[in-house]
Amino acid sequence: MEVFSLLVNGFFIAFEPLNLSLVIAGVVVGLFIGAMPGLGSVNGVAILLPMTFLVPPTSAVIFLAAIYYGAMYGGAISSIMLGIPGASTAVATTFDGRPLALKGMADKALVAAATASFVGGTISVVLFTLFALPMAEVALAFGPPETFALMVLAFSTFIGLGGDDIAKTLFSIFIGLVFSAVGLDIISGEPRLIFGGLTGFYHGINFLVLAIGIYGIGEMLWTIEVSRGDVLMSKATVSFRRIINCLKELRSSAKTMVLSSLLGYFVGILPAAGATPGSLMAYGVAKTMAKNPETFGKGNVDGVVAPEAANNAASTGSMLPMLTLGIPGSPTTAILLGGMVIWGLEPGPLVFVDHPDFVWGLIASLYVANVFALLINIGFIPAFIWVLKMPFTILAPIIFVLCVIGGYVPTQDMHDVWLMLIFGVVGYMMRKLDYPMAPAVLAIVLGPLAEPALRQSLIGSHGDVMIFFERPISGSIMAIAIILFALPLVKLVKARWKRAT
Amino acid sequence: MALVMAVFSLYLMWKSAELPIGWIPGKGPGGGAFPFWLSLGMLACCVAIILRWIARASPPSRSTEPFMTPETFKWFLLVAGSLTAMIALIHVIGVYGAVPLFLIFYVRFLGRHSWTTAGALAICTPVATFFFFEIALKKTLPKGFTEPLFYPLYDIFL
Repeated sequence: MEVFSLLVNGFFIAFEPLNLSLVIAGVVVGLFIGAMPGLGSVNGVAILLPMTFLVPPTSAVIFLAAIYYGAMYGGAISSIMLGIPGASTAVATTFDGRPLALKGMADKALVAAATASFVGGTISVVLFTLFALPMAEVALAFGPPETFALMVLAFSTFIGLGGDDIAKTLFSIFIGLVFSAVGLDIISGEPRLIFGGLTGFYHGINFLVLAIGIYGIGEMLWTIEVSRGDVLMSKATVSFRRIINCLKELRSSAKTMVLSSLLGYFVGILPAAGATPGSLMAYGVAKTMAKNPETFGKGNVDGVVAPEAANNAASTGSMLPMLTLGIPGSPTTAILLGGMVIWGLEPGPLVFVDHPDFVWGLIASLYVANVFALLINIGFIPAFIWVLKMPFTILAPIIFVLCVIGGYVPTQDMHDVWLMLIFGVVGYMMRKLDYPMAPAVLAIVLGPLAEPALRQSLIGSHGDVMIFFERPISGSIMAIAIILFALPLVKLVKARWKRAT
Repeated sequence: MALVMAVFSLYLMWKSAELPIGWIPGKGPGGGAFPFWLSLGMLACCVAIILRWIARASPPSRSTEPFMTPETFKWFLLVAGSLTAMIALIHVIGVYGAVPLFLIFYVRFLGRHSWTTAGALAICTPVATFFFFEIALKKTLPKGFTEPLFYPLYDIFL
């Protein structure tokens, strides 16, 4: 019952005029950002985070979470209309969304995507509400060894489940952690890693500089490279009657929606997995379980419903570890977590005790954001189609300007703008060479939390690393982390053994 | 790239070692320990990446495609170059001089849109930026030598 009264309080906060208007604004912005090819929630949240200093933290996080949500809905629009995923999370939506659009059923695909997103979002928010408090209560008993073990677990998921080159993934994690150590040593107060004696490094490398560099500038350079070809826009006729008919036809997809939502939610909780693999897995499961799997890829509505329900559910799922444990479940939540630090909130379970208004206001606003995202999405389909026609050569310079100003505002230091440009260009080149970038962003956010946890644990144990393995909770978390680290090795041995036999 | 990063890792290790990297009795690990051992990890990863490259075991090392086609390289230089120029110009003529120039260059010359579109964007973007950041958020942006021109505006709006 406690959850219920807290949630009701949360709704009072979410319905405050400022917060409600921010939910609506966030959803609209998110829908547009999500619909733009190459831009997803992470880009939107990274670029717009510096603009939230105007409002209190609760309103700021509500706005950014609404962008996150909106972008998940919006990603489907360009997947269906252009055949180009609006964001990586909507890749699976193109498989069947595009064929449906080419058959003249774009409206059916768009309505299916919006409805599935709504169902996925709603189911996952309900699960989130139920899990949040018990998980935070468990996490309250955590000491530095457990916190550090959790960080190790977060990174191990990238190795075990990431699917990228392991050496490159590890490199990305290490470099992010090293960059997080730049500035003043937290214990001795001595300056460290002050490159070239530049004073700008004394305040450390702000995570936003790396995030905007990689997800703003780097991503734009990447998109400019890949999207210079011509794209064919599908036609969509939308009318109220057609939408109602489409909704009626969707009843047969209810089972796929629910299953994909559950799958997406649990995959979303894992830091390395998140919405993209969640939606691909949901697509795979829907295809395996279908009576007519051969129609998948040729325009089956379930092929749109499954990934869309899953990616929305995953976006909510990734917020659970962010709020309860202080470990982000996705790059977008990593940036939200960094935002919490800027707003002066300590991430982790104590937020539930110290700032219940923040947590429950956010949770309630997710319910509200879902409803608005559905209504705005269906109501404004023609507007989104119009925006998709906007040439990239107009959008790109505006985003670059936003990145430059966004990189300057938090510290008001031009040093950070130059650093952001370097990160953007190097990040773009590294991406071309298959270096995963998400682990580096996660690492720079988690670094300032991981290092004190490690050092405090070691001081407590007089340098004995067994402290991480002997305590029951940290020991179990470490065991899972070790299994995840070893997973690629087991796969390799298995594959070699198979080849040999 | 891995070679460059390997050299960078060595530099980071050397830089971290300016602070103690070992165990200090009573104080725990030294201030340089965390970045030092992580940089060592970076170096190990770079060595692994280089070895896999030599053995042609990773997809990029087997790819026969050029890293950048001449066309891509030209675009990359133009976009990254104009961005660098804009940031450098911010130091001299400030955001409100550099941003319109960048927008005109990008929209008119790279995007080949009309002068009307380029001009409208070059005027509206700085105006919106001024009201949002300077007036609403009270975050002053760098203005270079154009600073005195803004005093009357501050008098009106702040």
